[in-house]
Amino acid sequence: MTEPLLQVKGLQAWYGESHVLHGVDLQVHRGETVTLLGRNGAGKTTTLKSIMGVLRKRQGEIRLNGKDLMGLPLHQIAYAGLGFVPEERGIFSGLSVHENLMLPPKVADGGFTLDEIYHLFPNLAERRNSQGTKLSGGEQQMLAIARILRTGANILLLDEPTEGLAPVIVQRIGDVIRALKAKGMTILLVEQNFRFARKVADRFYVMEDGHMIDTFTADELEGRMDSLNETLGL
Amino acid sequence: MATKAASPNVANVTAGHRTSSRTIALMIIGLALILVAPFLIYPVFVMKVLCFALFAAAFNLLLGYVGLLSFGHAAFFGGAAYITAHAIKQWGYPPELAILLGTGFAAVMGVVFGYVAIKRQGIYFAMITMALAQMFYFFCLQAPFTGGEDGIQGVPRGKLFGFIDLSNSLNMYYFVAAVFIIGFLFIWRVVHSPFGSILKAIRENEQRAVSLGYRVNRYKLGAFVISAALAGLAGSVKAIVFQLASLTDVGFQMSGEVVLMTLLGGIGTLMGPVVGAVLVVSLENYLATSSLPVPVVIGSIFVICVLLFRRGIVGEFNAWMDRKRG
Repeated sequence: MTEPLLQVKGLQAWYGESHVLHGVDLQVHRGETVTLLGRNGAGKTTTLKSIMGVLRKRQGEIRLNGKDLMGLPLHQIAYAGLGFVPEERGIFSGLSVHENLMLPPKVADGGFTLDEIYHLFPNLAERRNSQGTKLSGGEQQMLAIARILRTGANILLLDEPTEGLAPVIVQRIGDVIRALKAKGMTILLVEQNFRFARKVADRFYVMEDGHMIDTFTADELEGRMDSLNETLGL
Repeated sequence: MATKAASPNVANVTAGHRTSSRTIALMIIGLALILVAPFLIYPVFVMKVLCFALFAAAFNLLLGYVGLLSFGHAAFFGGAAYITAHAIKQWGYPPELAILLGTGFAAVMGVVFGYVAIKRQGIYFAMITMALAQMFYFFCLQAPFTGGEDGIQGVPRGKLFGFIDLSNSLNMYYFVAAVFIIGFLFIWRVVHSPFGSILKAIRENEQRAVSLGYRVNRYKLGAFVISAALAGLAGSVKAIVFQLASLTDVGFQMSGEVVLMTLLGGIGTLMGPVVGAVLVVSLENYLATSSLPVPVVIGSIFVICVLLFRRGIVGEFNAWMDRKRG
């Protein structure tokens, strides 16, 4: 097996005095889509935030392409090639769609051009002059993903991209993730919507109370359904 | 899926430089008013308005587009005024060179103040800028070249580029108007540039901008220095118009006044600080000859505006127009 693109070992994290991650290990290989599953409060979002460096009080080892990210400030982690799309989407509502897409710096070669973005997200092309405040939830989510694609990041960290979206939009987001997979993008996804996650992921991790309790591939999913039913309350 | 036809031609996408027709119309009306104003109104009064409008617009670049409230902008305005006045009166510099010197001095001060202040946010940022400005005020009070309480008086206006006599009030007026227009257009350009988009992104959510990969402190410092330099430009020109640089220009009250102008006109709108400056300078001039106490009247207007029209005059007008358009 080649060295993983993202390697996390013994990751611990705290919100103030509250110890929320207790030694999380995970690996994401180039071109993979990996999903973190778990109930509310299991530590999925905290894991993403800790990897990205948004949550600073953390310990352990985080390597991207072999490079240690642990001591780096947030902007340098972004430049190392991590692209984070937070649950609240994080678009700049005071800027237009076009301005949001022009904003991200180029962190590496291979970022999507505006033409490629508008081809992948035709809705955004139609609304390119609209202010962020006037976009629907689905459009905001697409814009948030599109903005990160512009940077050329090596790996996308997507936090609950389907949260609060209508089924038709969820399906559209799924199409986008499959299109990105086909292009060879590496994706680490946090998702509560299991039906959505099972359609896009190559591999799964299951979290509970800040621990990683299981990992399996998409091929092994059927055999894990009973334990998943119990853990996730499906 | 999208067809190629649905895909836009990137070269034609100009949303980054989007300007509403309303803004252009206002700018054209403003330009026409500036050109005819000296024939309708006392030119020195209009020049004062233009100097303060530029000062407020420079301040608004920082408050309105980066979200940084500086309580020390008088240091740049007054500091540049002192340098310009001294350069003309003592060193015999021509006005254009003295203005450049004053503006450059304000920019350098902006680097120093900004470097220290942007390490903190919110009230701490405001307090650091205020403290630094007060230190500068004390320096101006003590330094021999500033003339202490008297200031630098009787500054000759001189000849612009060696042949335009600025002691002629119309020449002086159109020079001030040109400086204002260039300064205003420069701010407009900054706000509508990619740099301006990054500033707005920082204002909206700083951590989000950092997580995209931006070293936000560099951008904040850049905006601070531009704002300080433009405030200095306004102060330099003001020193030539009034042939005076005094402690009033560097005092805390001046820093407060520019906050007032910007809030009254509308934070984060291009025209707001200009409207605010017109209003405050007009009120001060009008009330100066009446028996009404100026600070009480202006203070009352400020309180009413903050309570009822928090977006300021232009901000409320824009919101009303947006509602009307649905």
